[in-house]
Amino acid sequence: MAQGWILLLASLIYLGILFAIAYWADRRSDAGRSVIDHPTIYALSLGVYCTTWTFYGSVGRAAATGIGFLPIYLGPTLMFALGWFVLRKIVRVAKANRITSIADFVASRYGKSQLLGGLVTVIAVVGVIPYIALQLKAVSNSFTVLAGGPDLVTARAAAAPMLQDSAFYVAIVLAAFTILFGTRHLDATERHEGMVAAIAFESVVKLLAFFVVGLYVTYGVFDGFGDIFGRAAEIPRLAKLAVARDTAASYGSWAALTFLSMLSVMLLPRQFQIAVVENVNESHVARSVWLFPLYLLLINVFVLPIAVGGLMQFPGGVDADTFVLTVPLARGQEAIALLVFIGGLSAATGMVIVETIALSTMVCNDLVMPLLLRWKALGLDRRPDLSGLLLEIRRWAIAVILMLGYAYFRAAGEAYALVAIGLISFAAVAQFAPAVFGGLYWKDGTREGALAGLSAGFLVWAYTLLLPSFAKSGWLPSDFMGGPFGLELLRPQQLFGLAGLDEISHSLFWSLLANIACYVGFSLRRSPDAREAGQAAVFVGTGDARAGVLQWGGGAPVAELLPLAGRFIGPERAREAFARYARSRGVRDVDALPADAGLVHFAESLLAGAIGSASARVMVASVVEEAPPDLDAIMNILDEASQVRAHSREIEQKSRELEAATAELRAANERLRELDRMKDDFISTVSHELRTPLTSIRAFSEMLFEDPRIDLEERKRFLGIIVHETERLTRLINQILDLAKLESGRAEWTSGDVNLVEVVRESCESLSQLYRDKGVALTVALPDQGPIVQADRDRLMQVMINLLSNAVKFVAPETGRVRVDAEVEHAGVRVTVADNGPGIPPEDQEAIFEKFRQGGSVLTDKPVGTGLGLPISRQIVEYFGGRLWVESRAGAGAAFIFTLPLGEAGDTSE
Amino acid sequence: MRKSANERRLTAQRLVALFLLGCALFNYPVLSLFNHPAQLLGIPLLYAYLFGAWVALIALIAWAVERGSD
Repeated sequence: MAQGWILLLASLIYLGILFAIAYWADRRSDAGRSVIDHPTIYALSLGVYCTTWTFYGSVGRAAATGIGFLPIYLGPTLMFALGWFVLRKIVRVAKANRITSIADFVASRYGKSQLLGGLVTVIAVVGVIPYIALQLKAVSNSFTVLAGGPDLVTARAAAAPMLQDSAFYVAIVLAAFTILFGTRHLDATERHEGMVAAIAFESVVKLLAFFVVGLYVTYGVFDGFGDIFGRAAEIPRLAKLAVARDTAASYGSWAALTFLSMLSVMLLPRQFQIAVVENVNESHVARSVWLFPLYLLLINVFVLPIAVGGLMQFPGGVDADTFVLTVPLARGQEAIALLVFIGGLSAATGMVIVETIALSTMVCNDLVMPLLLRWKALGLDRRPDLSGLLLEIRRWAIAVILMLGYAYFRAAGEAYALVAIGLISFAAVAQFAPAVFGGLYWKDGTREGALAGLSAGFLVWAYTLLLPSFAKSGWLPSDFMGGPFGLELLRPQQLFGLAGLDEISHSLFWSLLANIACYVGFSLRRSPDAREAGQAAVFVGTGDARAGVLQWGGGAPVAELLPLAGRFIGPERAREAFARYARSRGVRDVDALPADAGLVHFAESLLAGAIGSASARVMVASVVEEAPPDLDAIMNILDEASQVRAHSREIEQKSRELEAATAELRAANERLRELDRMKDDFISTVSHELRTPLTSIRAFSEMLFEDPRIDLEERKRFLGIIVHETERLTRLINQILDLAKLESGRAEWTSGDVNLVEVVRESCESLSQLYRDKGVALTVALPDQGPIVQADRDRLMQVMINLLSNAVKFVAPETGRVRVDAEVEHAGVRVTVADNGPGIPPEDQEAIFEKFRQGGSVLTDKPVGTGLGLPISRQIVEYFGGRLWVESRAGAGAAFIFTLPLGEAGDTSE
Repeated sequence: MRKSANERRLTAQRLVALFLLGCALFNYPVLSLFNHPAQLLGIPLLYAYLFGAWVALIALIAWAVERGSD
């Protein structure tokens, strides 16, 4: 067995290491290089959830109920799945309001009520004391086991004198350590970077220690998981642990424990402290939602093997809560036992440090300071610097809380296993759930609702869980359990005759029922007043800071606010904070700050960081000429919060539309560039087309001009060419002008009833000479009764002549044939000009309707037209609502077809 | 860590869905399906199931939050 002094030395060295880590982290933080600004550190520090309950108690629970220890860790896993928005929302709200504790959070939410803050504090302190007792019990047990052997624990006299009780010394050492640790200086934001770093370190230590003992038991003592469970399956008493009791009550209590731990992981003062108050960066929450559950999983892997292994090792008599120590001890592995002891110590110190710091902040800010400040006889309102007093109160609070924990341990600790004690605390903090979660998502909760709900839930909890724990340990008369005055209906653990539930589920059901009913019922009695509505806007809505500012109807000058803040956080720090605020508002000097509501709000939130929001409000109100706050303006902000959400959805919609519009614009721009290129092409083509006849004209003119000896015959021929080229030039220019007019929409159109057959016949006649000259056969098939269309006669003529002259150009002389026919279709008339020329390959069939594009290869064939006829024709036909296209196969001729709708006049006149 | 509003909404919905999945996996009646004295690879079935489901749930939650955050 280890010597007591070795354990003591090891403990002190370990605490010294913790202190060094905290000191180092604080120094780093002061230097601006925070070590805890990392999501993994944040997740590890959340591991403060695993106390000696987990370290020693889980094994005890597993030895009694098999997997019954697990819901306590499954619940947080589920809660953290929601943590991504629930926890983040709490963190955001808390940061915006400089919330320093869960009491502050609730008080602040319901109109910064001091009464509410005090009530939450009382519930938290009373509720958590059994939990602290649990830590004392576990550490002192482990000490006794290591120093005296396992037999001592069972044989331990319940009423050892206080001065010989190791738990008493554990409590004193922990109190001293926590005071040194957490209240060295008063932080304006109540953040303790050094503490968080130490807690993260402790999480690693306890996980490692548990892993070592787990591996030792599983693979050192036994031969792996299979071996342990295989052997256990042969012992009927142990085989039962592999399954849960298959009853409704068993599943019910499983669900109740899961639910309870879901709430506790958010609402326990120490979890709130670590997860919310000490959070450095909101984004760390994201990583923790899976890393923290992973930590819980790892620390639980070996629980059941150790429990089963321990039961086989000690068939009877040894407290299962100490198996992690006694199993290695019984095999002479003192080093492992010492490591386990350190692990358990780290689990206990982690819990006690954070819990008591959180509770002491609450006691100081929400319980003691409000009372002291009201007690005029003390003259506190005249003392220039109260920051020392604040620290003093916190130190005393830590000492008192630990002593209360010890007192509970003496009174009731022996009657319960570790886990059972912890569950009592879980059920107490679960009472915060309606006020906290309701306050986050329901705008209409009021101060009275929260007060009534919390009080009712707390009273029912105390009656059904706390007092019975006293009664069971003989501290209260045992006939209390039979109901007061012998009233069976009021039996604390079978309230109103509700039997069949375990005591935790029973208490949880009745207390939360009373709590929620009162919270909702009292909240609905009246609508929220201005202050509550304003805080609802801040908590439920988007955290609009204006709601906080608007609660101050009036202002106050710096000269009054600065000394006020200085009294609580120290004059120098107050001056620095005010200077920062002045800079942020663009004011050069602190004294030049305008005495408006914004300044008052700033001073209030600065104070809130030190003394809690409720007290801060009271203190600030003492120097501000308070005008009634503007309820309408606050309600507007509340409405705005929902409008803002609607707007943001609208904006998203708009931005999607904008993206679509941008894409369209980009396409249009592309098209414009294309058109620009086409225009350049057009101009260069036009110049080229004009230059060809001009060159020819100039060449022949120069020849005539320079050589007078050319004979008449030659002259005549040259002049003929010149006339011909001039005509071509004129035609080209006419067509370009025509096209330009058509495209710009400035062409003159005379629209009227036109007999299409007449137009076709006339065109054919006017070109018949040309056809005859070339020896091309022209067949015309037209209906007798001409269809009437609404069009410009001359323009239609132009189209027909163009198509006919194109056809004659491309067919071979002598063998060429061109056929023209017109027929009336259902809604229009269709004219076809077909030839037996070379045809147009499919890839060119659209191209020939572009300007200056001609059939046949440009390189090999001499151009036979201007290249503008077809584009012009298409423009004309389309203008009158028709279509012009070509159908052709290479080598098999081409058919140019256009359609025109039948004119209305044509339908009625005939 | 920047995510668009749409991605955030999707992440939130995935997490709520995983929460509900977890509620179903860790409670009656699903639990009772594995509540036999049987063993899986030498480990009691219920114990193996709970830890298996737990690991899977944590993996899915990790997938949901870490996706696209880097």
